[in-house]
Order: sequence, then C-alpha cells, then structure tokens
Amino acid sequence: MAFHVSLESYLIVSAALFVCGMYAVMTRRNAVWILMGIELILNSASLNFTAFSRYIEHQPGVDPAAGMVGSILIIILAAAEAAVALAILISIYRNFRTIETEDMQELKG
Amino acid sequence: MTWSDGLFLFFAALTVIPAFLCVALARNIIRGAFLLMLTFWGVAGLYGMLGADFLMAAQLIVYVGGILVLILYGVMLSRRVSMAELPVGAFSIFAGAAGSLAMGAFLYQIIDATPWQATDTPATEGTIRPIGELFLGKFLLPFEFISLVLLAALVGAVILARKEFDEPAEQVDS
Repeated sequence: MAFHVSLESYLIVSAALFVCGMYAVMTRRNAVWILMGIELILNSASLNFTAFSRYIEHQPGVDPAAGMVGSILIIILAAAEAAVALAILISIYRNFRTIETEDMQELKG
Repeated sequence: MTWSDGLFLFFAALTVIPAFLCVALARNIIRGAFLLMLTFWGVAGLYGMLGADFLMAAQLIVYVGGILVLILYGVMLSRRVSMAELPVGAFSIFAGAAGSLAMGAFLYQIIDATPWQATDTPATEGTIRPIGELFLGKFLLPFEFISLVLLAALVGAVILARKEFDEPAEQVDS
C-alpha cells in the first residue's frame, strides 16, 4: 500500500471532522449536541492551522510557528465559547424548561 | 508504509470514526460526549504526529479536561437531556446529510486540486520556545486581548448562570 503521510492527509482528516460537525449542527435539535458539533468544527480548523504550520516551506519573514499560535488562540476561544454557551443554556433551561431549539420560539419568555 | 504512517492512520481513525458515530448514530448524549472524548484524543495524537508538543498538551488539558467536563455538567444540570432525545425528522436528516456530503466533496475537490507548496522537513525543532517568543513579541496584542476575552467570558458565564433574585416586583437588570 503506497500511502505516505503528507499535508493532504491532515487536510482530509480535518475536512471529515468539519463535515461531521456540520452534520451535527444541521440535524440535531438539542442545543448541547449543537455545541458538540461546533467543538468539532473548531477542532478541525485548529488541526488545519497546525498542519499548515508544520508543512509550510521555510521562507524568510514567515514564522513557521505562527500557525500554532492560531491554533492556540482557537483552543482558548473554544473554551470561552463553551463556558458562555453552557451558561446561556442553563439560563434558557431555567426559563423554558427545555433545551430543544425548536421549542424556544418566544423572544419574551 | 512506515510505522509513522501507520500511527497516522490509527490516530486519523481514532479522530474520524468516533466523530461520525457521535454525530450520526448516538442517541444518548452521555454516550455522544464520551465518543467526542475519543475524537479529542485522536486530534491530540495528530498534533503529536505534527510535532506540536505544546498543542498536544493544550488539547488534552483544555478539551478533554475542560470543555468535555463542562459539557457533561451541562447535561447533568438539565434533567431531561440525559434521556433519549426526540427522533430527528427524516427530512432534516436528508437535508443535513446532503448538505454535509456536498460540503465534503467540495472540500475534497479543493484539497485535491490545489498545488500545495509543502515540504517534508519540519520547519522547527520543538515548538514551545518559538511559540513563547511569538506570543511575547509579534503576537503580544492578541495575547493580551485573549486574556481580556477569557476574563469577560468568565464573568459573563457566572452572571448568566447564577440564580435570579426572587424579586417579582422589580426586574433586576444585569
């Protein structure tokens, strides 16, 4: 089997992760599932950044570790986003007694 | 096929297969969260294969140790979620699958058609030092800004999730 790991292999794995996350966001009705889909999407973006950072051709003026900085920023933002989203979910659950997105249809609860 | 290629295939399978099972088949949200944990482990392994040691540690600590625990807490705090959720409509599944497959084919076309200027030799040996130098040099402003974002998220999450005061007469705006 002539398989060799290259940039494309990582990109394909990351595209598969992205597609999985997108499917979850599109089909699920429970907000926690949607949040998990968003985490998958963020993970795929971060994996892409790191793969580019590893496989980039070295040029003067281009920092090879800059892609990893992007990945770290994504991880930090994902953590902040998860915390705030779950706080919002708890607050919604207190008002509506549900976290199914189709049941939340009133703006003024 | 060398051993590192095999290792890559192992981690790629560990990443993609649980993610697929989680989004497509899992009905129980606790089970889904644990499948997601396998995915995060797989991504951490891929970071390791890419030579990004710091990111691997950050992925394990922040995702597996932080976000996943947060999701599980969110599940446990609302009682109804832990039970099986309502079945998803057939049209919704069809539309989601069609959209996702189209997106996947599109992405694959892009990846396949682009002539990547890639090299096989790693650009840096060890990543912690370059990352630290970048964060305290070129990317100092984003670094400081992201700490502000974290502080705002912390305070905002506490304010959103705390109990309301029992004052029906006057609304406490905060």
